[in-house]
Amino acid sequence: MHQLTIAEIIRGLRDKQFSSVEITSHLLERIQELDNQFNSFITVTGDQAIKEAAAADARLAQGDAPALCGVPIAHKDIFCTNGVRTSCGSKMLDNFVPPYDATVVDNFQQAGAVSLGKTNMDEFAMGSSNESSFYGAVKNPWNVERIPGGSSGGSAAAVAALLVPGTTATDTGGSIRQPAAMTGTTGLKPTYGRVSRWGMIAFASSLDQGGPITRTAEDAALMLSVMASPDKKDSTCLDRPTQDYTANLNDSIKGLKIGVPSEYFGEGLDSEVGARVQEALKDYEKLGAELVEISLPHSKLAVPAYYVIAPAEASANLSRFDGVRYGYRCENPADLRDLYMRSRGEGFGEEVKRRILVGSYALSAGYYDAYYNKAQQVRRLIKQDFVDAFDKVDVIMGPTAPNPAFKLGEKNADPVAMYLEDIYTIATNLAGLPGMSIPCGFAHGLPVGLQIIGNYLDEARMLNVAHQFQQASDWHQKTAPAAE
Amino acid sequence: MAVDAQTVEKLAELARIAISEETIDEVSSRLGDVLQLVDQLQAVNTDGVAPMAHPLDEVQVLRKDEVTEPNRREDFLALAPQTEAGLYLVPKVID
Repeated sequence: MHQLTIAEIIRGLRDKQFSSVEITSHLLERIQELDNQFNSFITVTGDQAIKEAAAADARLAQGDAPALCGVPIAHKDIFCTNGVRTSCGSKMLDNFVPPYDATVVDNFQQAGAVSLGKTNMDEFAMGSSNESSFYGAVKNPWNVERIPGGSSGGSAAAVAALLVPGTTATDTGGSIRQPAAMTGTTGLKPTYGRVSRWGMIAFASSLDQGGPITRTAEDAALMLSVMASPDKKDSTCLDRPTQDYTANLNDSIKGLKIGVPSEYFGEGLDSEVGARVQEALKDYEKLGAELVEISLPHSKLAVPAYYVIAPAEASANLSRFDGVRYGYRCENPADLRDLYMRSRGEGFGEEVKRRILVGSYALSAGYYDAYYNKAQQVRRLIKQDFVDAFDKVDVIMGPTAPNPAFKLGEKNADPVAMYLEDIYTIATNLAGLPGMSIPCGFAHGLPVGLQIIGNYLDEARMLNVAHQFQQASDWHQKTAPAAE
Repeated sequence: MAVDAQTVEKLAELARIAISEETIDEVSSRLGDVLQLVDQLQAVNTDGVAPMAHPLDEVQVLRKDEVTEPNRREDFLALAPQTEAGLYLVPKVID
């Protein structure tokens, strides 16, 4: 039953092949049995899940079931859940139990989904390996000596280990797509503002965006249809109608123009990863698509611009953790300054502190123009590259990450090496464009992700393009050995 | 490019983050690495390029100033490490 996709679970529940309580219990047992190997969950809400599943079964019996009624999912521990601890992977919020639900959480509840719990993540979503979590590293189900990617490593590993068919996640510089690539799952980061950020703990507000991690593009479409909504509580959430993202999945992609940026196949790309991506592009040609060579000339500047903008926004956002209103407070503060300094010094981990300090530097007197303003100008140049490209092509494709999953601990000593993990994903966040990663084969025995970048609000087409590939290939159906 | 210890101390003060004496060298060298990475931006010609604040150049949405949320003072105070008489408690600020 754990092999079923969300689409199959919806059919199975409606055809009465099994109940929501049955599949929910089965998955909770699997988590109990297997997750000590992966550490993909921080909190499992078993009792609550069974109650929600029983309520879903009653609605299914009455025939008034909403879209995802009875479907088990899990939320990244960055989304506030009413009455359930929301830690953001940090000691700072180890005791934080929000008194409200994020809009995303509320949307899934309205749609009848059953939440199994909260998934592990890099602390405050800062990381590409899920090693910075206060609750310990997440292990990749394909090889437990390797990282699952980050920051949504728990969300990706839980799906890859067949513990849950779909999870919510967030992506500020690649945090949905890179772990999807590392774990052979399907991850989608929507257009900036498509999914509400209300109740999603902020990292870099002009870049953060929620999205799903699933096993298929069809499931991603089902989840996005629920997840995306205009939201008056988030003033940056786009006030544009959402749609049924499954409606176009079966459209033909004959004549589709795929832009292939030369900058995404250069130095630093693992040759086997590059080969798998080229093979996937050939498969797209067989499906009737046309490959068009394009250039995104400012690509090299994406990582430097990001590491000004994201830390600057993080330093402002994370100033709210002050040891006064909620979260961690140090023991016996001598005075108010000591309370702030030690609560933050002890409550935040190393990478979070480093980024706050970099952000403080970039925003400090005399440096604003040289760093933050400059980075925001470069950001427009990066966006313009994409705007020019989308005049000529429908989607852009390339590798999601430069290499497959690396070993735990391998890049911890060198933050800059870790930052370069997101070399192909960061530009999409800076431009605010939607992006996906889908499995396209294996390199060194580990999954490889194909990145699909769409035009603004063109999620339906991106999902169609991903679904057509998955109809013609079975990479997305390969199962991690540890999940058997 | 290394960042000197004095700069790290100033940043730590600005960010209100205590950094121990033993880790200050490591922090300054790693901050230096990151600043070296981002310094690549300085070589780019951005004359006349407007800084980009929102990908779709959306503007702030305005709404009527109406009360729509209930006052949940107790729920929020319950999250605080220390409260008294409906207020947040901090160490004495004024002598």
